[in-house]
Amino acid sequence: MNSTALRTGRRWSFRTLPGWLGLAVVVFWMVVSVAAPLIAPHPPGAMLREGMMAPASAAAPFGTDFLGRDMLSRVIYGARYTVGLSLLATVLACSLGCVLGILAAVQGRVVDTALSRTADALISIPHLMFALVIVAALGSSFTVLVGLIAFSYVSGSFRIARSLAVNINAMDFVAVARARGEGTAYIVLQEILPNMILPVLTDFGLRFVFAVLLLSSLSFLGLGVQPPNADLGALVRENIDGIYDAAPAVIAPAVAIATLTIAVNLMIDWIGTRRARR
Amino acid sequence: MSALVEVQGLCIAARGADGAEKDIVHGVSFSAARGEVVALIGESGSGKTTTALALLGYARAGCRIRDGVVRVGGVDARTLTAAAMPDFRGRRVSYIAQSAAASFNPAQRLIDQVIEGCVIRGQLDRAAARAKAVALFAALALPDPAGIGQRYPHQVSGGQLQRLMAAMALMTDPELVVLDEPTTALDVTTQVEVLRAFRQVVRDRGATAVYVSHDLAVVAQMADQIVVLRGGRVQESGPTARILTAPQNDYTRSLLDAVPSAHTVPTVAAPAAAAPILEAEGLYASYGGPHGVPAVSDIRLRLLPGAVLGVIGESGSGKSTLARVLTGLLPAHAGSVRLAGTAMAPAAAQRTPEQLRQIQIVFQMADTALNPAHSIGRILARPLAFYRGLGRGQQQRRVLELLDMVRLPAEVAKRLPGDLSGGQKQRVNLARALAAEPSVLICDEVTSALDTVVGAAVLDLLAELRRALGVAMVFISHDLATVRSIADDVMIMYAGRAVQAGSREALARGPVHPYAELLAASVPELRQGWLDGLRPPRMQEAERPVAKAACAFFPRCDLRVEGLCDVAPTPEQTLSTGAVIRCVRPEAELLQLQGWAAGAPVKQTAPN
Repeated sequence: MNSTALRTGRRWSFRTLPGWLGLAVVVFWMVVSVAAPLIAPHPPGAMLREGMMAPASAAAPFGTDFLGRDMLSRVIYGARYTVGLSLLATVLACSLGCVLGILAAVQGRVVDTALSRTADALISIPHLMFALVIVAALGSSFTVLVGLIAFSYVSGSFRIARSLAVNINAMDFVAVARARGEGTAYIVLQEILPNMILPVLTDFGLRFVFAVLLLSSLSFLGLGVQPPNADLGALVRENIDGIYDAAPAVIAPAVAIATLTIAVNLMIDWIGTRRARR
Repeated sequence: MSALVEVQGLCIAARGADGAEKDIVHGVSFSAARGEVVALIGESGSGKTTTALALLGYARAGCRIRDGVVRVGGVDARTLTAAAMPDFRGRRVSYIAQSAAASFNPAQRLIDQVIEGCVIRGQLDRAAARAKAVALFAALALPDPAGIGQRYPHQVSGGQLQRLMAAMALMTDPELVVLDEPTTALDVTTQVEVLRAFRQVVRDRGATAVYVSHDLAVVAQMADQIVVLRGGRVQESGPTARILTAPQNDYTRSLLDAVPSAHTVPTVAAPAAAAPILEAEGLYASYGGPHGVPAVSDIRLRLLPGAVLGVIGESGSGKSTLARVLTGLLPAHAGSVRLAGTAMAPAAAQRTPEQLRQIQIVFQMADTALNPAHSIGRILARPLAFYRGLGRGQQQRRVLELLDMVRLPAEVAKRLPGDLSGGQKQRVNLARALAAEPSVLICDEVTSALDTVVGAAVLDLLAELRRALGVAMVFISHDLATVRSIADDVMIMYAGRAVQAGSREALARGPVHPYAELLAASVPELRQGWLDGLRPPRMQEAERPVAKAACAFFPRCDLRVEGLCDVAPTPEQTLSTGAVIRCVRPEAELLQLQGWAAGAPVKQTAPN
């Protein structure tokens, strides 16, 4: 057996299969949410002739919802909201948390203490409870939802980034850069960030899953995405009555949430083991 | 007499990252008669520890003993069942590891850990085991043999912990003791104490030992036979005296040549008196704010252009802190640093780019001093762009010149630090500092983490660069022999203060500060019998605490004056050799007590 065969054999081994599977499912959902208008068979608001809570059929593979709309099209558009809003919120939370975390590590005790204690205070607020209060006060809109989710996860991301950056900051190559007279921006972006990017990406994936679940929970409680639009969580809520008839209308969005979050988790584990093996 | 230990054709295989098995020890054979000490010597990666562990019938995770015979006292370690193994490893063979600090459980009393092995095997009951342990503590020259076992690991010093581990290994009266670099992590002054204790115990008990080390000078004191290993193969083996005096193998010769006390660096004429390039006065710095733990205090230094100032001290003496203070990484809380006559701000952030460019630092750990995410070319190009604003083409040309200057091939520029060996990384580290074209190079233990041969090559390179570029250096090291070979002036630090500062000749001619005397006497020499010929300490260590401002060396000093140097700050005095020392003893007294012949340099090892 030559080495190429060995290597490809190892890449597709039983151990890495879940990782590839996760990646495939994540890519699938990304494509679905970007190309929703192109692939959805019907507009999300269109009523079909099948009637309400119809079972799966050729015209409506996932059945119809409580108003008789095509469930497949609604899941495709729902994924768009779920993936889009969660991704946006996670990007905000992680980039802010990362920048603040590295700053806390490199800027000395005063900045570090101020940021860390603030993060400690924020981390102690229960996310869902906090979200309920804010939505009750401000009403629900995409901006409020994204801001809310980003705010909820920024402190956790800060903690991870800070602990990573503190270790790297103690390395001699950072001391060399400092002795050279490099500015804070260079040290943060060129010396520290490249050495923590893998664990930060892992953390990003994990937080994305949390964001999906938080958004879905909010929508399920009626505080998230508002009708006539619906994300995956809202779809479950709308069609909750179908649960007694095992209607596909309630199963399809629930399965969609499950596949998305599990796939991201599989992918993260895979990144983690790849990192460990390096 | 048949050999107690017999190793024949030992092959140990390791599973690589690609899953393929590869031999890392290739057919190693040696034997040891009862009561003999055999040393396995080699640099990192030579397979010496792997071979030594095989004597315990053990192979590290990912490795296995593939072939060969390992016999201790007639028992083949390879055929033992898992059930028979604990008895074999306790009664027949025991092991003393390099890091005692990592081998003791910090949550248990020392005595309980020392006797655990032989109590579990039912060799002795608790009371008898304790009595035996106390006798061993006394034999190993541990202070307070009856009481020391009641302490916890963090309450004793590193040298004491290493001796306690030796006691643990000897509790079961093993037929063979395997010592794996037992003094490598210790300061040289402590190393001597531990070596003395080991030597004594080995002699008294007639123990058979396999001593693993990279340090030929240490091995020369301990071993009857030496086995030189390289790349998992035996290069040469024979009686210690023969290996030291008439080596037959080229590699053995290069090892002998690289021993710091024997290694000669090409000398450079000390520069004629000129205005100093770097001066410091009354430097004080502490960790945790101005009133925190003092790390260096009252340091004065003066460095001429092109000269080398050696700074020596043991771990915790503040020598690396001094490097950080000079570069502004740790701003001094008091005192001044002047570059070419101009006072500089204490913190690097407040210094001008030109000032920063002129002082460059090279760190000890090449692994952490190079950003693993940047290519070598990028690492070297950055100072060029930062200080001199060179364009891309110019940068690339200069990077190649720099690599050539430190004797590295051009293709290294494209590699990442992880692809290079330790010595190569240290050369890149050096090249990065040189890229700034500094006038002062601060070398913080640059050869300490390297194998002897590699370290000697880096030292030669430094001397050559000094001659070619005329760069001045502050050369920091814990190794007096290394410093003596390269420095014009020597500063000896103890507990954050300079106890002696003067020329290299002043250190060799004497008289010297008592710590300098101890340090010089502790550097192992490459001849048999050096350890036995050492003068024993004039006084035992004092247990008494010292007043804060008084001489920190007081408890260990064997020329101390009770009631004088432990209560009041010690004044500085200038000796006739020009050296400044911090000691209350007048020069005439030191001259007489230390046994210096007037005017002539003498050996530090006064005969008994």
